[in-house]
Amino acid sequence: MDFSLSEDQELFQNTVRGFVAKECPSQTARAIFDGTREGAAALRRGLAEIGVAGLVIPEAHGGVGLELLDLALVAEELGRGAVPVPFLGHALATLALARGGSASQQAAWLPRLASGEARATVALAEDGGWLPATWRAEHANGRLRAVKRYVPEADGADLFVVGCRGGSLALVAAGPEAAVTAAPTLDRGRPLATLALDGAPAEPLAADAGLLIDAACVLLAADAFGAAHHLVRATAEYLQTRRQFGQPIAQFQAVKHQLANMALEIDPTRGLWWYAAHAFDHAPADASRAAALAKAHITERAQQVARDAVEAHGGIGFTWECDVQIWFKRIMFDRLWLGAPELHRERFAALEDW
Amino acid sequence: MNLQFGSQYDELRAAVRAFCAETWPPRGTEARLGPRDQAVAWRTRAIAAGFLHRTVPRQYGGAGAPPDVMGDLVIRQEFDRAGVPHVGSVQGTHMLVPTLLECGTEEQRRAYIPRTLTGEITWCQGYSEPGAGSDLASLQSRAELDGDEWVLGGQKIWTSNAHEADMMFGLFRTEPDVARHGGISYLLIPMHTPGIDVRPLRMMQGGLDFCEVFFDGARIPATNIVGRRGEGWKVTRATLKHERVLIGDSTGTRMAFAALVALAREVQRDGRPASEHPAVRQRLAEIAGYVATQEWAVARMLTAFQRDRDLEVLSELLTAKLFGTNVQQMIVKLALDLIPEQGLCEPTPEEVAMSNRPLTRGRWVSQYMFSLAASIAGGTSNVQRNIIGEHLLGLPRDRRPPAENKES
Repeated sequence: MDFSLSEDQELFQNTVRGFVAKECPSQTARAIFDGTREGAAALRRGLAEIGVAGLVIPEAHGGVGLELLDLALVAEELGRGAVPVPFLGHALATLALARGGSASQQAAWLPRLASGEARATVALAEDGGWLPATWRAEHANGRLRAVKRYVPEADGADLFVVGCRGGSLALVAAGPEAAVTAAPTLDRGRPLATLALDGAPAEPLAADAGLLIDAACVLLAADAFGAAHHLVRATAEYLQTRRQFGQPIAQFQAVKHQLANMALEIDPTRGLWWYAAHAFDHAPADASRAAALAKAHITERAQQVARDAVEAHGGIGFTWECDVQIWFKRIMFDRLWLGAPELHRERFAALEDW
Repeated sequence: MNLQFGSQYDELRAAVRAFCAETWPPRGTEARLGPRDQAVAWRTRAIAAGFLHRTVPRQYGGAGAPPDVMGDLVIRQEFDRAGVPHVGSVQGTHMLVPTLLECGTEEQRRAYIPRTLTGEITWCQGYSEPGAGSDLASLQSRAELDGDEWVLGGQKIWTSNAHEADMMFGLFRTEPDVARHGGISYLLIPMHTPGIDVRPLRMMQGGLDFCEVFFDGARIPATNIVGRRGEGWKVTRATLKHERVLIGDSTGTRMAFAALVALAREVQRDGRPASEHPAVRQRLAEIAGYVATQEWAVARMLTAFQRDRDLEVLSELLTAKLFGTNVQQMIVKLALDLIPEQGLCEPTPEEVAMSNRPLTRGRWVSQYMFSLAASIAGGTSNVQRNIIGEHLLGLPRDRRPPAENKES
């Protein structure tokens, strides 16, 4: 048994980490949070250059031909840096196309998506809920009618993978019948939108929406892990500089124990999302179960870490000016997009046959 | 990443499974022995077959095999499945034996290790004192050299199994002029020595597993010291390390959680199995997140140990004890909420007695209380938080009172 990353995976993750450290210091994340969007496009191009855009796209179509675990390793780094760049939607859409696209669909889209020349995303949630059983989107006679909510990366997307009634998927190219309306988004680094499809031309995509739910759970868990892992370290660092009563406040045991509890909650969960990612490609019978548990557990723990981080910072932690809020909201997105932990705990319970 | 054990380990697993089926439960004359003798006889066979205490060198009663953490895991899984008595006196096998292998003399190793491995000699750990708990280096029990004997005085407390143990490994102040860590030696003490008085303490759940041990002029041979005089603190470092890993193992958690799920299926709430009740399902799934976290953290550690890359799993290593403690406590708390009326009833002595299985309802009540011992023994949870803060996050050490700064 070998529960560790390969050398290639370690190398690749280090590359992404180095890229984030260099190209997206917290000032960049903050600038985008404060309203400038120019930086985001450059970050996306830079990540595409190191292969992120085509990570799970087969090599024959210009991608790297890797697996969900490799995507999740990127998600960890993007969470760590709270990198405000389109990733989740594109990753899920390319995964669906790589798994279920017809030869002509793949040939038409994958090379451009792999190079970063085109962008894709997924449109899943409706007002009725996050999971396929609640979707009402109707795909008939090559046309699709639906109102999809909380669509990530919709602004400027060239292609949408849309969840339809019964859990089937359809491909919709950007066009006049696919209207994108920006939604006010708490995590400003990852703006959401409503996608209104009014008889938009659509092609069926032969992959199951359950696949996307599982993959999304893993990527959100990995992102939340990276973000919370960063927050623990950033908070520990700050509390060593902040002095009261003549000493760094990190030296007070109450503070030290609070930090230790934060690390205790998040640090050991790395293997949980690693396994869920691994199961997606190598233990399909266990994939949904592992993904639901990872999403529920890690995003919940990460959110508490983020709350503790605000508290530990004191007054400054509560300000817009302090970076903690950026990671806090990043984790809120991870925890709530695709449904709160309660939803996924119940899914897990059902999959366990309790 | 490859979660298959591979054919080599599949063969090992089959061999261990066959061995267990053949040897347990005992047959023939062995079936008439008492539980301890049965366990000793079984362990002797398991060691001879190369399945138990594998890395201990042959001359000290082990199998002399190279370290193989994956093989150990496979074997432990099969042992647990079969319910064989592979876990003996853990103070002996997991603390004393590694210590003697690192610091003991040849005579000590030959005298104690083989029979400790089988369980013929059982051990207790004489560390804590009334005035020396987390601050172990402030201990006051003393040993004075008189001719070729150490003469012992003082008191140990919270000494698990002292009333049943054959031997104690303990810390005693042998260098009265040297303060704290520098004045302590590591001694091996036969518990039947005159001048030792063992008084069991009744624990809150009613059991008698730990004791006070009083030393009043008990004499032991001068050679019963491990390491040199005044170096006992160094000698203990190995054992503390092993104790933490022991408590951080995930097997016990997995079994306890399976028992919890079985309990939830069995008891009724609102006219249906509690496992179908939404609130119970939420709590079970929340705990499942912790159980799985621990399991994969252990898998990461095992892989790292196998490859000598321990530093990569520092997070998992330093949080293992506290994490395991917390998960165990979550499990028993939910169990008790599933059987609230049982919690009003005092457990019987059988239910209180230490045994892993079966987890009857009264055992859950006992465990509800006993699980708190894990927050205290082997480094309290608050000490663990200090360790995580200082060694994982690099936070500054606490300020010590001035008097103590002078001493250490």
